[in-house]
Amino acid sequence: MDLNSMEFWTFFFLILTFGIYMTIAWRSRVKETKEFYVASQGVPTIANGAAVAADWMSAASFIGMAGMIAFLGSDGSVYLMGWTGGYVLLALLLAPYLRKWGKFTVPEFVGDRYSDTVRVVAAVCAIVISFTYVVGQMTGGGVVFARFLGLEAHWAVIVAAVVIFFYAVLGGMKGITYTQVAQYSVLIVAYLIPAVAVSQQVGGFPVPQVTYGTILAELDGLREDFGLDRFTEAFSGRDGGQLDVFLVTLSLMLGTAGLPHVIIRFYTTKTVRGARFSAFWALFFISLLYLTAPAVGAFTNLNLLQGAQGATADDLPAWIQPWTDAGYVTLNADDGAIDSVSNVAASGADLIVSNDILVLASPEISGLPAPIIGLMAAGGMAAALSTAAGLLLVISSAASHDIYYRMISREAASEKTQMLVGRLAMTAAVIIAIFAGLNPPAFVAQVVAFAFGLAASTFFPILILGIFWKKANAKGAASGMLTGLIFSSGYMIYTLELFGTQANDHLFNVSPEGIGAIGAVLNFAVTITVSNLTRPPSEEVQEMVESIRYPAQQQLKAAGKL
Amino acid sequence: MSHVTHEDSSGTAPPPDNSWRQRYWKKNVRLMVVLLAIWFTVSFGFGILLIEPLNNIVILGFPLGLWFAQQGSIYTFVILILVYALWMDRIDDEFGVSERNGAGEK
Repeated sequence: MDLNSMEFWTFFFLILTFGIYMTIAWRSRVKETKEFYVASQGVPTIANGAAVAADWMSAASFIGMAGMIAFLGSDGSVYLMGWTGGYVLLALLLAPYLRKWGKFTVPEFVGDRYSDTVRVVAAVCAIVISFTYVVGQMTGGGVVFARFLGLEAHWAVIVAAVVIFFYAVLGGMKGITYTQVAQYSVLIVAYLIPAVAVSQQVGGFPVPQVTYGTILAELDGLREDFGLDRFTEAFSGRDGGQLDVFLVTLSLMLGTAGLPHVIIRFYTTKTVRGARFSAFWALFFISLLYLTAPAVGAFTNLNLLQGAQGATADDLPAWIQPWTDAGYVTLNADDGAIDSVSNVAASGADLIVSNDILVLASPEISGLPAPIIGLMAAGGMAAALSTAAGLLLVISSAASHDIYYRMISREAASEKTQMLVGRLAMTAAVIIAIFAGLNPPAFVAQVVAFAFGLAASTFFPILILGIFWKKANAKGAASGMLTGLIFSSGYMIYTLELFGTQANDHLFNVSPEGIGAIGAVLNFAVTITVSNLTRPPSEEVQEMVESIRYPAQQQLKAAGKL
Repeated sequence: MSHVTHEDSSGTAPPPDNSWRQRYWKKNVRLMVVLLAIWFTVSFGFGILLIEPLNNIVILGFPLGLWFAQQGSIYTFVILILVYALWMDRIDDEFGVSERNGAGEK
């Protein structure tokens, strides 16, 4: 492959797509707070669904997931089910009711429903969760620039950050929504083209979801030769076995339903009905990528192992070399033949391949032309940019609206000042995220797991109880949320190397990714117990909780028989 | 904006007969429970708890448990949300609480 033509096409697609995003952001720039945060609730359902999908599918989904599945095999399902199943909870239990409540943000809801103390705790949680997640996007964007444009990783992260900053600060929610529709289109096309091509090549049929079944037996055999567990073997990819798989899946689902940057999107629909259908379109669009990811994982794994079979360090496929130069592939086979393959750096295998490159390398692996590779880079950037922009919006709204406007200025600040504070918060977040992105504290996936675990153990329980249980009160919610926060982050700090702490062994085989589910159960228990022991909320609040159950006032004429 | 006037949370007086509220809510909750039961059975049931026995059945190269964990559960999730949205439309209409704009359209 001619490297220069690859670089040309990468530049071409990156500049083309950035141009599109910028134009959309510029044309729909806004001046009012309501437009800024919820796009005046005037976004069509399908567009909103596509925007949620782009917002949702981060660099981890696009770049990392299929690679993780390739090595985890069957247990990769924790990400597939975990990151989609949460939408069922969101659609049935949260979105329509939060939309009916009709406030800007999650801290707004819990602030009105419970108290100002809970509002502040929630705003701080929202900022922490979104910020950890932003760092993951910066790192993801860095992988793309570093590999395809030969930029140094530091500059790659800074370039990505500047672009994100420009349109997130300028456009607000309306700009972001329509930009995200464009970004969804770019990333899904970039993802599906190589997948369909590989499926046709390997399975003789262009539907990867069907053909990857036909290669599983062959893949299992090859994996055994290279010292990997069989792809189809359940509970081999994770040390904790069945219990851990269960808990991680549950944590990711609850975290999905509780993530503030996803929930805020359901306020942008016109009606409660729109919120329900937005959830459907969102998952529909997401499923196009998620149903393809395991196939991409299996195919690239098969291609990789076939390429390495009987090969020596010198006659490996050509696509491996640039990735070795970029530091994502390590060869230890000085003695010649490659007998073992792994994704774990510490495994000492002959060929060590990072999870993060398999998707980006998939067009090269299957020998697709340079424009497709350029498109792939643009797709990876679209995923990182769209998610980061949505997250920055949450950070800015939590800081300016929930903390500054409500708590500091006592609701006296003008629209203009609020917008200024919001933009300053975004700026601060981007600058801190650049520093964090240059020095990632842990693997991207672990950082993301942190965000999900916290969302599951803080927000999910008090949102559910706030909607479905009128007696849930402020003291209950505050103590429940703090219990979940301290318990989950405590266990993560105990088991992960975060903030310079030492990693300890997992207790009871529960991985830090799965702790959010237990944190959520504790949060439920504490909120219910404390609420029962203290005074129930005022009649007024209870009537508000009652009223969000019904989408509109009853129209007696429409319901003829009543 | 011309669209629906929402029942504001600050609250106009509730309609005199509120028994419909309980019936509406009961139907909503029943639908939710049924759909969540399917959600749990397919994902956690077939995809995790019963994956090993189901893997003994192989269809088109896929061990069935693996298929549910990586494909079937996702198809089910999409369908569940669609069924919920459509069914709630019917319930809303039945009780006359669906949102309409000035022209009386949904």
